[in-house]
Amino acid sequence: MALSKRQRAKAFRMSQYALLVVVAVVLAFVADWNEIQRSFFNLDIAAEMFPNVITVALTNTLIYTALGFAFGLALGLILALMKLSPVAPYRWLATIYIEFFRGVPALLVFIALSFGVPLAFGLQFDIYSTVMLALGIVGAAYMAETIRAGIQAVPKGQIEAARSLGMSHGRTLLTVVIPQAFRIILPPLTNELILLTKDSSLIYIIGLARDQYELTKFGRETLSRSPSLTPILVVGLCYLIITLPLGHLSRYLERRTGGKKISTPESTGLGVSA
Amino acid sequence: MSVDVDSGLAVEITGLKKSFGTLDVLKGIDVRVNRGDVVCIIGPSGSGKSTLLRCVNLLEEPTGGKIVVNGVELTDPDVDIDAARTRIGMVFQSFNLFSHLNVLNNLMVAQRKVLKRDAKQAQEVALRNLARVGLSDKVNAMPGQLSGGQQQRVAIARALSMDPDVMLFDEPTSALDPELVGDVLGVMRQLADEGMTMLVVTHEMQFAREVADRVLFMDGGYVVEEGPAEQVIGAPQHERTQSFLARVLDPTHQGPSST
Repeated sequence: MALSKRQRAKAFRMSQYALLVVVAVVLAFVADWNEIQRSFFNLDIAAEMFPNVITVALTNTLIYTALGFAFGLALGLILALMKLSPVAPYRWLATIYIEFFRGVPALLVFIALSFGVPLAFGLQFDIYSTVMLALGIVGAAYMAETIRAGIQAVPKGQIEAARSLGMSHGRTLLTVVIPQAFRIILPPLTNELILLTKDSSLIYIIGLARDQYELTKFGRETLSRSPSLTPILVVGLCYLIITLPLGHLSRYLERRTGGKKISTPESTGLGVSA
Repeated sequence: MSVDVDSGLAVEITGLKKSFGTLDVLKGIDVRVNRGDVVCIIGPSGSGKSTLLRCVNLLEEPTGGKIVVNGVELTDPDVDIDAARTRIGMVFQSFNLFSHLNVLNNLMVAQRKVLKRDAKQAQEVALRNLARVGLSDKVNAMPGQLSGGQQQRVAIARALSMDPDVMLFDEPTSALDPELVGDVLGVMRQLADEGMTMLVVTHEMQFAREVADRVLFMDGGYVVEEGPAEQVIGAPQHERTQSFLARVLDPTHQGPSST
């Protein structure tokens, strides 16, 4: 029988759906539902985690991420400006910094910062400073490249207009270029905030007191006292509470700015896996 | 021409040269513009007319020669170029309104940050100039909400808000839909009538003919011909001017004799 091209395409599409149904049915039969419920959906254990998972863990994750992001953004802006500077050593320093901190696992930076720096320099940071530095130092390396791309994406005519009105180079940068650059890079910056939120899970390495736990550490702690993976599921959902709205925000911003894409290879990855 | 030693000259360009790499765009330009004069610069694309204009406020750095605007030598390496530029208004082909600021702030930002005027005074000046270009009702609009013609008039008002002595127009109507060109030219004509010193790079021959005190025809990095508009456009002497004008005027010119 001769199927038309359209009919063949339709048949092919139907077979895809059929395949998905078969896979789902097979998985449903193979799975041990009791075991799954016991290990992932143990409501007693989940209930025990409240309210601390919110009041302590989620709150700390938010605080740590915000601190790291704020510091990373400020440092990233400085690095981006250095990278665009006419002063060659500035450019070299910025490049070295960015290449180095993008190239090494964030975990190593955290270890170095929490154990190495106090030993080497006799400095003892409090927990918030350590977290801010650790997340910010790594985040800055990624954000610098995004910010640099944003600055370069500001149309040249905007700069010429500002200069022709008598604004100095620095004044132009502050008044015209940076505000416009940040509008352009808002979507990729939001993505980097999401990645930073997840990277905040790595700071368990610096050693946290009970009231300093963030989500992942809190989940592991609960896990060690209970025979179920439920805590992991709960904290996972807590991350989604933060990251899903941010993801939507990022896509909304992207639509609003007309989907103007800034091509940085970095816009996909603060991500460091421990 | 009798040249009043300093007070009469707004712009004085001597032996101006500009190259981009190995490409010589301006090969020795001498131009004098008296205070209150309107000078139109015409010529084929690539002739260097925009580059010449952009040299007058040093958006392009000249390779050689001397530029004096309002008695300030811009080509002096130690000149305070930012201060000098506040006296020279520039209007671009692509408007270049600050896209993150509304109309009022576009007009106020440089007054506040550069001239250090207080908010009240800056706003007064801004509103006065917005009225001048007939856009008082667009105070709070964002540039993206305006038509090209409106954007260009706001850009003119923005430049005027700095109280410049000289205005530079770089093909101000080239990016506009035909029906919007008239609004912008109207504003420019009114400005000329008020006695503003203007340098205008344009393809609007009608405007040049009616408004310009003098027309420069440029080709290949030189000023080939200059003189009163009637003479350069109406009765060009130079062969290159003639062929350029024939190409520009003929396709669109609906003269009484052409039908």
